[in-house]
Amino acid sequence: MNLRAIAAIYKFEMSRTARTLLQSIVSPVISTSLYFVVFGAAIGSRISEIEGVEYGAFIVPGLIMMMLLTQSVANASFGIYFPRFTGTIYEILSAPVSYIEIVIGYVGAAATKSIILGLIILATAWLFVPIRIAHPVWMVTFLVLTAVTFSLFGFIIGIWADGFEKLQVVPLLIITPLTFLGGSFYSISVLPPVWQTITLFNPVVYLVSGFRWAFFEIADVGVGISLAMTLAFLAACMVAVWWIFRTGYRLKN
Amino acid sequence: MQSVISVSNLSKTYASGFQALKSVDLDIRRGEIFALLGPNGAGKTTLISIICGIVNPSEGKVSIDGADIIDDYRAARSLIGLVPQELTTDAFETVWNTVTFSRGLFGKPKNPAHVEKVLRELSLWDKKDSKIMTLSGGMKRRVMIAKALSHEPQILFLDEPTAGVDVGLRKDMWNVVRALRASGVTIILTTHYIEEAEEMADRIGVINGGRIILVEGKSELMHKLGQKQLTLHLQKKLDAVPQDLAVHRLTLTNDGHDLVYSYDTQGERTGITALLGDLNKAGIRFRDLETTQSSLEDIFVGLVGQKQ
Ligand SMILES: Nc1ncnc2c1ncn2[C@@H]1O[C@H](COP(=O)(O)OP(=O)(O)OP(=O)(O)O)[C@@H](O)[C@H]1O
Ligand SMILES: [Mg+2]
Repeated sequence: MNLRAIAAIYKFEMSRTARTLLQSIVSPVISTSLYFVVFGAAIGSRISEIEGVEYGAFIVPGLIMMMLLTQSVANASFGIYFPRFTGTIYEILSAPVSYIEIVIGYVGAAATKSIILGLIILATAWLFVPIRIAHPVWMVTFLVLTAVTFSLFGFIIGIWADGFEKLQVVPLLIITPLTFLGGSFYSISVLPPVWQTITLFNPVVYLVSGFRWAFFEIADVGVGISLAMTLAFLAACMVAVWWIFRTGYRLKN
Repeated sequence: MQSVISVSNLSKTYASGFQALKSVDLDIRRGEIFALLGPNGAGKTTLISIICGIVNPSEGKVSIDGADIIDDYRAARSLIGLVPQELTTDAFETVWNTVTFSRGLFGKPKNPAHVEKVLRELSLWDKKDSKIMTLSGGMKRRVMIAKALSHEPQILFLDEPTAGVDVGLRKDMWNVVRALRASGVTIILTTHYIEEAEEMADRIGVINGGRIILVEGKSELMHKLGQKQLTLHLQKKLDAVPQDLAVHRLTLTNDGHDLVYSYDTQGERTGITALLGDLNKAGIRFRDLETTQSSLEDIFVGLVGQKQ
């Protein structure tokens, strides 16, 4: 293992984050607060409780998940796309590093950033509603797993993209709809039976459900299934990354 | 002498179907400065990129100090420093950070003293805390050289190091290159300019159309390139070169109106004075004279022509 290379890439990525620290923290905090004002106060005053949990609190895990997914994909995809775009990737490709080390460096940094953001959002939510966390260890497990999985997914997007538009299309056209339809702001049991079945094809449902269970012990699907689905998606992303580096897809001519 | 890079039967066909390298064989000797000379699109960058791991070869093998560039990439790449042709830098990073990053990427322990030495040699020390985007083009090129030297490579590739570089930097750069060579580093540089190869290299390889058409020691090649032609436009047409002038090995062209004399500019004496004296004695007068030098392009064409 070229640990120094991993450290160099990780540090480089984290200092890129640090340069844009303000906007990377301020904007999610503001948008979270907006969600609370709209969903929590305006809608929440009409919906009193879902399965014994106050609506304002109910949406917190979904909200964190949403930020986690979009931020992980955005950070990781940009992190690898940018050196491809500017050409500085030559140095990474010519260095004595394995693809696993490259992935650990880039994905690790992107995941770290989104985990920090997730915790900041949790703290912001705390200001609006009282939150209890029934299973802190599971909460952290889901937080970390999701951040890593979607950073890996973002890394793949960043390699696949051949223009800035593609970089934005995926978060916009895939991640956002999936999170909105994935029960971030409602329990899927309120949907008609047909839609409940369709929804089960949405991977985000399992993430939100498992994460919410860690907070309130209420879930749309069993926590074991949630964990298994997350791990399955993680494995699928790993296979894709392995294939990318084996073939040099979009990295080497 | 032992070869430090050994390229055998290397071919590259890009996804577009274009074949940029055609069965290239090349050995680079340990500790030499090797200049790869060729016109635009000859395949210089492609060859270097394959050796450094940036482009996948289509066929053939490359080994660096015995390590295969694919099976044993870690050993192979850790010996190499690359300064690519294009100026690509992390605009928002400082000089110091970007150079330190390169060292870490190559798995070398921190060594601020070495980084400082490299920056000083390249006159970048007072810029170490500047963001790269605030530097001029020539300084950015220095930064790229500093990055390549940060991890103490045994082999250094300089892909057109003097493109867009002023005299001062060129001098700095050649001083650094000479010092590296003195410390045992092997250097491979590409260039379009024969003078540059002449100034720096121990051996020169000429590449054209994806083929290495010649590899020779500098002095042998300079001899070939040093040929000049003196053309004398005669006042009176000749039917044949007079016997008295046979020693000069003249050729008669342009229907007997021109006499052409080839000579070596690198030689001790060119023989022009003797020739003119003999012409005078033979009573051959000329209206005008001109000299032409075979250009690199002519030589490429000549060499390619010979092979076919
Ligand atoms: N990614 C690519 N896809 C297709 N063709 C390519 C690619 N890169 C280079 N080529 C072609 O391969 C040939 C060799 O290019 P290369 O960059 O190796 O030349 P070079 O000798 O470095 O030229 P120059 O002196 O202009 O830098 C050129 O004809 C070029 O158009
Ligand atoms: Mg080139």
